[in-house]
Amino acid sequence: MSTHVIGSLSLIVWLPIIFGVAVLLIGRDGRERVARWLALVGSVLSALVVIPVWIQFDVKQSEFQFVEFIPWIETFNINYHLGIDGISLVLILLNALTTVFVVVAGWEVITKKVSHYFASFLILSGMINGVFCSLDAMLFYVFFEATLIPMFLIIGIWGGPNRVYAAIKFFLYTLAGSLLTLVALIYLYRTTGGSFAISDFYTVSIPQSAQVLIFLALFAAFAVKIPMWPVHTWLPDAHVEAPTGGSVVLAAVMLKLGGYGFLRLSLPIVPDAARELAPFVIALSLIAIVYIGFVALVQRDMKKLIAYSSISHMGFVTLGIFIFNAEGMQGAVIQMVSHGFISAALFLCVGVLYDRMHSREISDYGGVVNSMPMFAALFLVFAMANAGLPGTSGFVGEFLVIMGAMASNFWFAFAAAMTLILGAAYTLWMYKRVVFGECGSEQIRGLKDVNAREFAMLFVLALIVIGMGLYPKPFTDVIDVSVASVLELASVIKN
Amino acid sequence: MDFQLLDLYTLLPEIFLLVGVSGILLLDLFLSKEQRGITYGLSLVVLIVTSVLPWFFYDADPKVIMSGLVVSDLLGAALKSTVCVLVAVGLVYSKSYLLSRGLHRGEYFSLTLFATLGMMVMISSNHFLSLYLGLELLSLSLYAMVALQRDSGRSSEAAIKYFVLGAIASGMLLYGMSMIYGGTGHLNIEAIVSSVLSGQSDSNLLRLGVVFVIVGIGFKLGAVPFHMWIPDVYHGSPTSVTLLIGTAPKVAAFAFVLRLLAEALGHPSLHQDWSQMLTVLAVGSLVIGNVVAIAQTNFKRMLAYSTIAHMGFLLVGFMTGSINGYSASLFYILTYVLMALGGFGVILILSRDGFESEELSDLKGLSQTNPWCAFLLMIILFSMAGIPPTVGFWSKLFVIQSIIDLGYVGLAVTAVMTSLIGAFYYLRVVKIMYFDASDSSSINTTKYSPGMAVFAINGLLLLGLGLFPGWLLSLCESLIESSVRTF
Repeated sequence: MSTHVIGSLSLIVWLPIIFGVAVLLIGRDGRERVARWLALVGSVLSALVVIPVWIQFDVKQSEFQFVEFIPWIETFNINYHLGIDGISLVLILLNALTTVFVVVAGWEVITKKVSHYFASFLILSGMINGVFCSLDAMLFYVFFEATLIPMFLIIGIWGGPNRVYAAIKFFLYTLAGSLLTLVALIYLYRTTGGSFAISDFYTVSIPQSAQVLIFLALFAAFAVKIPMWPVHTWLPDAHVEAPTGGSVVLAAVMLKLGGYGFLRLSLPIVPDAARELAPFVIALSLIAIVYIGFVALVQRDMKKLIAYSSISHMGFVTLGIFIFNAEGMQGAVIQMVSHGFISAALFLCVGVLYDRMHSREISDYGGVVNSMPMFAALFLVFAMANAGLPGTSGFVGEFLVIMGAMASNFWFAFAAAMTLILGAAYTLWMYKRVVFGECGSEQIRGLKDVNAREFAMLFVLALIVIGMGLYPKPFTDVIDVSVASVLELASVIKN
Repeated sequence: MDFQLLDLYTLLPEIFLLVGVSGILLLDLFLSKEQRGITYGLSLVVLIVTSVLPWFFYDADPKVIMSGLVVSDLLGAALKSTVCVLVAVGLVYSKSYLLSRGLHRGEYFSLTLFATLGMMVMISSNHFLSLYLGLELLSLSLYAMVALQRDSGRSSEAAIKYFVLGAIASGMLLYGMSMIYGGTGHLNIEAIVSSVLSGQSDSNLLRLGVVFVIVGIGFKLGAVPFHMWIPDVYHGSPTSVTLLIGTAPKVAAFAFVLRLLAEALGHPSLHQDWSQMLTVLAVGSLVIGNVVAIAQTNFKRMLAYSTIAHMGFLLVGFMTGSINGYSASLFYILTYVLMALGGFGVILILSRDGFESEELSDLKGLSQTNPWCAFLLMIILFSMAGIPPTVGFWSKLFVIQSIIDLGYVGLAVTAVMTSLIGAFYYLRVVKIMYFDASDSSSINTTKYSPGMAVFAINGLLLLGLGLFPGWLLSLCESLIESSVRTF
């Protein structure tokens, strides 16, 4: 394990933040063009710096790679300690790409405080990368919490009519969850005898009763973030009110922070409690998968429907993680990445429609295919992927999770497989009502098809979704060893 | 411990300040209204020189001088310097406010300087007498300053409340001190300590004395249930005076509590008594301060309740009675006064002739009219709420860490949960600035002024300290370790 002082990971974390600050400083009023281009350059560069890391990443190594270590607050042994494994790497890639899509999606649409908008997303992107890279619990927490500020502003400033309520609800819900985590982390610091290094947390032995409390404290943060039933209620509000870019980042990346937290912290640090409470988490996941699937079925608002579909799909992730086998966990990680791309694409599609019609109500649409054939085709790809059609990325993750669940318990698999039906039902029914049929109104007849910018971003996303579905090996290779090592840590008896 | 002429060198900062303020007082008599700027300038110069002086005349190991009245140590030097800088920065913030309110008068500045002198005496006292003298010099100056706007009814009401409750608090404190004197036979901190250690003191009397001392401290800090004066005084005083009351005296009060509780009454047998009392005060302050702040529509009143909550957090760190806890509290108070400075400072910056800008609704749409100012205030508010990467997060973290070290997990959970409640009303201000459209354009939108420059440094400092809190923390730790004589 080689230790760099400052290396590629710092670049991945700080480059977007530096560009964000630059956009903020340079792109004052009246210089929107400069702000846009600078943001695009920043997001593309931030995505490009991930490539060398992806190439140099050694897929056979179970240790953390690209480690950087600088003492930060020496009194409490808090360090700027970065490093990644395969799970972090795929999520960083997801985040970097999503940021580019968000910048492109907001290009002409955002007219109010343009530089602030792009700067918020770039800074947010850097912070999220920071969460995925942190190997120090306090650094993790700082990044994890700091992401709330830009997202709060994004929802609150550029959101819909009820944005204030949604922004504050989002902030307080997630803050409430994570404050208990803070107490748990300090408790762990004391147990290890003065270290915040996550790897030290892995090896310290903790009595069972304390493990359960720590697990619940961590669970509070990550379950709210994912979000799991019954603490999911902030998500539909936040999604409906957020601007398109906000919804995309929220669904594609921020929800993954929760899943990542389970894999990085909960399972390895308190494995006994995790195993003991797994039935409870599985039960919540299955409720999310089935019940929220039904809830999605009856939504009238497209964004709300996708939000509920996200919760249902994230139920797969928690299910996969907590059945404790390789297929399940691998499926969970793949599902996180694939859901990231699919939900991003679906929100972008809704954004394309909303920019033209200024409505998200399904009933306001109908027959869009007549005026926007190209859009309808792309939208169909994502709708099918969301329903888990084989050949799309949505299938790979769900299939692996169901396979893992089958190995654990037939009825888990049975309940989980219900989503394939429900997912197809709510997604395709929405698609049918929005796209097919006669043109609902004159306005729809006059709609313009996607322009080059919109086509480019949706087309790239479609390529990714189909590519990942047909040939998921690059992704599974990268996460294979890491998943195995998380599972190994999760099977240790520590109490 | 006889008097030596050399001891006067150690007191040079105080002596310089006293000479300076007397000179300013006399000079001011001969200045016309237009020349009042000279008084202002001289006061700033005196404060800045006084802030530098302690660094030349302190003893690395605590040294008691002036027949045991004064202690010279590193902590004292650092806090005295801090207090002077805070008061000076407060004056810069207040300049235009004072001019437009007719408060730009000689009395204002000399009272400010006398209050500073009082704080400095408190900070380095080693004797109940000097402790009390310093406190009274500070309080009397502040009473007069609150009442300085004499034709304002609200101001006079606040002054009377402040005076009456302050006098009761001082009485309580004196009563407690007299009991401690009765129990130990001494007023000198070291003599009290040795008397307690030798077991010759009357422990019941001592304990009763501690109760009254705690009541006095509770009043002065504004901890629940002795907090009722805080909102009225903060609200009623001219904002520049609120800024003064809300910042530097908190640092002095910290030193006061440290000298009284940690040094004089820090013996484990007494600590277990006062730590329980402080816990009750702390939890009460955290809950009441944060919950009631939600109901406020006036920014100054909201900040007043937020002060109560912050004092609760300070006491949480203090009740540990450990070096870690004291350094966490010191870190907390130093960063808190920076936030309070900015919080009240922004009201001064945004006010103009005949318009106070102290209602929350006055901040509507600030992000459009003055984006830079809104951004800085947002940093301050997130810092108060304790959201990383601002320094407020670290100050809360260190306090919580110090109590979890001693096993008070329940108290830690209470503290973080109340700060969740607190986050709501800070967020609401951010919401008003960023999400609401501006309706009235009565706020001052001057973008370049000395106040604005100081505000920018102030806000960015909170962010900078949030990114690099390590040095300040180790500084606090070494200050406490080198100066506090614990058991």
